[in-house]
Amino acid sequence: MGKVKANAGPLARRPDNSAFKQQRLPAWSPMLTAQTVLPFFYGMATVCVLLGVWLLVTVQNTHELKVDYTHAGSCDKCFEKRKDRANANQSCNCTVVFNIENTFKGDVFFYYGLINFHQNLRQYMDSRDDGQMIGRNKNLKNPSSYCEPFMKDKNGLPIAPCGAVANSMFNDSFTLVYHSAASRQVVPLFRKGITWYTDKNVKFRNPQVENKTLTLAQVFEGTGQPLYWQKPVYDLDPWDRNNNGFINEDLIVWMREAAFPNFKKLYGVLNRAIEPFTEGLPAGNYSVDISYNFPVEYFQGRKEVVLSTVSWFGGQNNFLPIAYLVTGCLILLLAVILTAVWWKFAL
Amino acid sequence: MGSVLSQLGLECGRKEVKEEERHLRANDREFNLSYEYADNAIKTSKYNIFTFLPLNLFEQFQRLANAYFLFLLCLQLIPEISSLSWFTTVVPLVLVLSMTMAKDGSDDINRHRCDRQVNNRKVEVLIDGELRSEKWMDVQVGDIIKLENNQFVTADLLLLSSSEPLNLVYIETAELDGETNLKVKQALTVTGELEDGIEKLANFNGEVRCEPPNNRLDKFTGTLTLKGEMYSLDNERVLLRGCTLRNTQWCFGLVVFGGPDTKLMQNCGKTTLKRTSIDRLMNVLVLSIFGFLAIMCLILAVGNGIWEYQEGSKFAAFLPKQEGVNAPFSAFLTFWSYVIILNTVVPISLYVSVEIIRLGNSFYIDWDRKMYYPKSDTPAEARTTTLNEELGQIKYIFSDKTGTLTQNIMTFNKCSINGKSYGEKTEKVDFSWNNLADPKFCFHDHSLVEVVREGNPEVQAFFRLLALCHTVMPEEKKEGELYYQAQSPDEGALVTAARNFGFVFRSRTPESITVVEMGELVTYELLAVLDFNNVRKRMSVIVRSPEGKLTLYCKGADTIIFERLNPSCSKLKEVTTEHLNEYAGDGLRTLALAYKDIDPEYMEEWKLRHHEASTAMDEREEKLDALYEEIEKGLLLLGSTAVEDKLQDGVPQTIEQLSKADIKIWVLTGDKQGGLSSLEYTINRLQLFSLAHLDSLFSLSEQKRQRTLATPKDMEMELLRTACMCQTVICCRVTPLQKAQVVELVKKYKQAITLAIGDGANDVSMIKAAHIGVGISGQEGMQAVLSSDFSFAQFRYLQRLLLVHGRWSYLRMCKFLRYFFYKNFTFTFVHFWYGFFCGFSAQTVYDEWFITLYNLVYTALPVLALSLFDQDVNDRWSFQYPKLYAPGQLNQYFSKRAFVYTVLHSGYSSLVLFFIPWAAMYDTVRDDGKDIVDYQSFALLAQTCLLIAVSIQLGLDTHYWTSVNQFFLWGSLCVYFAVIFTMYSNGMFLIFTSSFPFIGTARNSLNQPNVWLTMLLTSILCVLPVVAYRFLRILLWPTINDKVRCRGQDKVLPPVPRRVQARRVSTRRSGYAFSHAQGYGDLVTSGRFLRWTPKSRLALFSQTDSPLAQTQPQFYRTINEGGEPPLSP
Repeated sequence: MGKVKANAGPLARRPDNSAFKQQRLPAWSPMLTAQTVLPFFYGMATVCVLLGVWLLVTVQNTHELKVDYTHAGSCDKCFEKRKDRANANQSCNCTVVFNIENTFKGDVFFYYGLINFHQNLRQYMDSRDDGQMIGRNKNLKNPSSYCEPFMKDKNGLPIAPCGAVANSMFNDSFTLVYHSAASRQVVPLFRKGITWYTDKNVKFRNPQVENKTLTLAQVFEGTGQPLYWQKPVYDLDPWDRNNNGFINEDLIVWMREAAFPNFKKLYGVLNRAIEPFTEGLPAGNYSVDISYNFPVEYFQGRKEVVLSTVSWFGGQNNFLPIAYLVTGCLILLLAVILTAVWWKFAL
Repeated sequence: MGSVLSQLGLECGRKEVKEEERHLRANDREFNLSYEYADNAIKTSKYNIFTFLPLNLFEQFQRLANAYFLFLLCLQLIPEISSLSWFTTVVPLVLVLSMTMAKDGSDDINRHRCDRQVNNRKVEVLIDGELRSEKWMDVQVGDIIKLENNQFVTADLLLLSSSEPLNLVYIETAELDGETNLKVKQALTVTGELEDGIEKLANFNGEVRCEPPNNRLDKFTGTLTLKGEMYSLDNERVLLRGCTLRNTQWCFGLVVFGGPDTKLMQNCGKTTLKRTSIDRLMNVLVLSIFGFLAIMCLILAVGNGIWEYQEGSKFAAFLPKQEGVNAPFSAFLTFWSYVIILNTVVPISLYVSVEIIRLGNSFYIDWDRKMYYPKSDTPAEARTTTLNEELGQIKYIFSDKTGTLTQNIMTFNKCSINGKSYGEKTEKVDFSWNNLADPKFCFHDHSLVEVVREGNPEVQAFFRLLALCHTVMPEEKKEGELYYQAQSPDEGALVTAARNFGFVFRSRTPESITVVEMGELVTYELLAVLDFNNVRKRMSVIVRSPEGKLTLYCKGADTIIFERLNPSCSKLKEVTTEHLNEYAGDGLRTLALAYKDIDPEYMEEWKLRHHEASTAMDEREEKLDALYEEIEKGLLLLGSTAVEDKLQDGVPQTIEQLSKADIKIWVLTGDKQGGLSSLEYTINRLQLFSLAHLDSLFSLSEQKRQRTLATPKDMEMELLRTACMCQTVICCRVTPLQKAQVVELVKKYKQAITLAIGDGANDVSMIKAAHIGVGISGQEGMQAVLSSDFSFAQFRYLQRLLLVHGRWSYLRMCKFLRYFFYKNFTFTFVHFWYGFFCGFSAQTVYDEWFITLYNLVYTALPVLALSLFDQDVNDRWSFQYPKLYAPGQLNQYFSKRAFVYTVLHSGYSSLVLFFIPWAAMYDTVRDDGKDIVDYQSFALLAQTCLLIAVSIQLGLDTHYWTSVNQFFLWGSLCVYFAVIFTMYSNGMFLIFTSSFPFIGTARNSLNQPNVWLTMLLTSILCVLPVVAYRFLRILLWPTINDKVRCRGQDKVLPPVPRRVQARRVSTRRSGYAFSHAQGYGDLVTSGRFLRWTPKSRLALFSQTDSPLAQTQPQFYRTINEGGEPPLSP
């Protein structure tokens, strides 16, 4: 036929005798036999149950307290006030009181939580400019069009940081107060060190300028603040000048959008250097003074404050331990059924 | 090609009006140019440098899948809709397009190179009275060109003159039809006189009128007008482009068709594409998947409308709506956004992967040593690479008999002479007394030799007839070493028999035949050859012996000969008929022989009329037939011959195996009923199945035969019903067209997959009609092979092709499709569930890069390895248990039902893969209290869970873990982790900020124990139910595969008995037929064919070095030109 003979000879076109070409590659052909499947099922059941128990014990040793302050305590009036957008610039402070029955041992984390806030809407998540937040001067003055309609303010100045995400940044602030028998003591919180290392050091940077003497305000000159913000980005943290601009940690935490509409975000970490908090949060009465700014009534949301300790396994989340226990039990049940069937039909 | 070209108007030079007749004048370029005939430049390439990109893209986007992705891409360019970055679609699309483009491009460059090389070949053209060396492409219609030995024919030429006597030329047509034997063409005498006189040729001004360009290789009609006289032209005067001139020093030809008009080019590029049933099922599935996709998108769009209405409006403070977007419009946009996101249910890589898998499995067929036939150095060949999996689903096999089931190597076995039968088994006859005998010839009856040597006149007449009445050509390389070139093996066997019994056919010239009769050289004058054809079924020669006696010798089918016997032979006829029946019962192929003395005066007169008829312009055939009929009358019976055609090795075992695999075998043969007994014997010996041997069947096929095309519907049904009650059906006296009709019938009413296997030109229609055509490359040329999808040398390889390759291919393809749909549906459903949590805003669950690379990189190779290497049981077990083949016939591995199960399975998996991570992450934090429920971490978790789960599922589906499987599976997982760590690295973010926003996610997530615990849980929940289900199924309802695999585990391979069985030497083993082919009788009679020119003779038949020649008594090369009537289904 058309093929050119590679080499002459009577067997010139004989195919190679390689294992690959003859489909005789050495191989392992496992089978689902009772000898492999049943022990595997019993093994998996044991592993799952043990894991479940271990996780359950771990989780039981953590503490968590959630306080919904949307309407609670004196915040009701603030809630009403925030309903009217005209009052947006008026401050409103309120206090919520709660009680901790058992000491929160170890590191205690202070979160704020939002219910029914969709940070995961596609258009919302797209509405940001990472190029701007990484401190590129080009993007600072010319934000990405994805930021629309929060790209330019009404004066035509580019907004920094632009976009819907930054614009809707959570702006309640909290002061946690411990009411001991003797006194009223403000619980000290670290307001830094609450972000991922990579976010703080790589993903978010202030604009780089050659003239190092410029203040942050000067660096951000020519940009507008996000429409809903009360303070410009270079003035977010009045107490720590290094926590301003794009590297403000509250901003960074907020910019890491939540995957689901109900979420909590880290606000602060208990400073355990000061008595009586060296062991954690002692049991007793507490209150939170809230600067109530963030309106939630528009989207039927709720706000809460969460205090929590963590284990190696993260915060207090009972799902995985229970899921492992249930799965373990189901596998065990299945294994027993399989054994019975095998006993009856195969033996 | 033509369509594309004409679409773009590239053929603008061509006439719009279809050419009705070609009219040209030799040596008159101006005259010929006025008709604007195409010149001899050919263009097989599709593109040039400018048209390549647009044309190729245009062609590629005509494919549905590509067009669909282009449509998606367009959707993505609309910012309101675009839910994914452009690269998610562009990267796979560009990859697929560029791969195809690279392949097309390199093909086309090769074609360009070829074209250029061909167009620039030099040929000597007669221009202005002298021969000039011109490029092929500059040759015009009407030019006279000179060809030399071993040159390719430049264009379709009218042969004018040649160096050889009688203006003959020899050509090889391998490029045209794949046949390597030489064919003879002859010029008209009137043009042959021109010889190589340049001046005469330059003044030659014949006008040719002929048919317009067409693709029929075997037909040419036209006339040559020269000096006011008309000469008819037929195929014999024409040299077609693509042939090679052999054994001819030079020849001159007139260009009739050039370049694109040549028959070679007209035959190009018309391939009917066969599609497999899986293909068709896949198309249905893809369409229903589109429907399913639309439903999912609709649900999500409605969800979006409701959400926008209830909540979105309130959320507008944080995410202002764009102008004019209300809830319904938002739902509309969302619908399209989800079309983009969920498009992964029909990934573009599906089609590419399917092609690759089929190609790979085709290569295995090419590479299989166990389908390689060393004697003819022929490996199996998958000529079509898109039909493999259908090989695993065959329900009906239609087989030719001669040459397919039998070897088509004939041995002279018995004969009946003057009422006495010879050939009963005794000792082997010693032919040493005859120094011209063929040493390989065997005969087992001494009495015949004795009778011949005694000088019995009937017996001598019998062998004289065999030595004279044939169209065999002898070749005598050395003194006494004869080789015969026969059109059909039967004929060769008969002439060889005569040779050994002392009637040695020594040489022939157009006018004479020289025979050594019992050592005495006798030359007969050859007066006429009344050649064989399928209607006449006989052949006669009229010779004049040295004594001046005129005799007509005739051999042919018994029924035909008996009709023409002299009444005086009636007694002999009876006896001979008995013998014939006996032979037929033994499965031998018989011929009856008869002779007649002719009156010289009558002969003179007959010859005149014969000449008249043979030069008649119209109804030439009919007139000749009538003349032949007239003279072949009143014959005297001599006897009959019986030739054995042995069954090929392993045929009974193969048939046994295949019928155990529940494949129904129909033998369609042109032989008559009585002669099939040996095959029946074979089949009955197995005692496995009932045999269809019903009179009604035969009468039906007889009826069909008479009506040829129009068979009434109910009769078709009747035939089918009767036939299908039997495991094996034998249809006799079937014409090639009917073969195809039978196949079509079964295809139409049984909806089963059919396979046709054959070796000759008469099987071509059947091979083309069946779902799969298999060609046996054997004795009868290459036509069957050329039109087949698979080819090999021996019928017994069919069982390996079906039971091993077919089964594996089907299994692999089904596993591939099931797994592929599983992994993509699972992938997509997770998006669907996430829609309920993200306000139906068409947010993706995964990183966009993961979406881009999932099908392309992370899961491509493991599933390819699965579908190229997987075997449920190895080939020996496949042979041991032919029943393993049954699931393919029943479509069990992949059907709509299996597809629905797959979808349900992936629905379950996707629920696990979305809701377990969701619940596990819902309210949790990192071990340092920081965030982990952010979108990016969740995306990473979800995609990692998915990838691990589908990888384990692949592991469960893999039955045959080669190192390649392991490497690809683990490699893909490693690549995944390597890629995410790279893409989520600082560097990538700093360089391509907007494309890689996931910076740090991998580092911050994958060091968390709860992330890994979540992955473990999802994997367990995805996989264990499947394991339990499969375990239970094997335990309670084991399939044959499970049982065999189980047994295979015990490693007790059964002994491999079969295949070493000694071949039975019984005479009852062979088939019977009357086999003969139309030959060169015409040439021989009219005294044109051969003149003893030793030089060319020697060269012509020098190719006897084939291994076959050493294994059989005599080597006959088939000179088979249009032996069977051309078929038009």
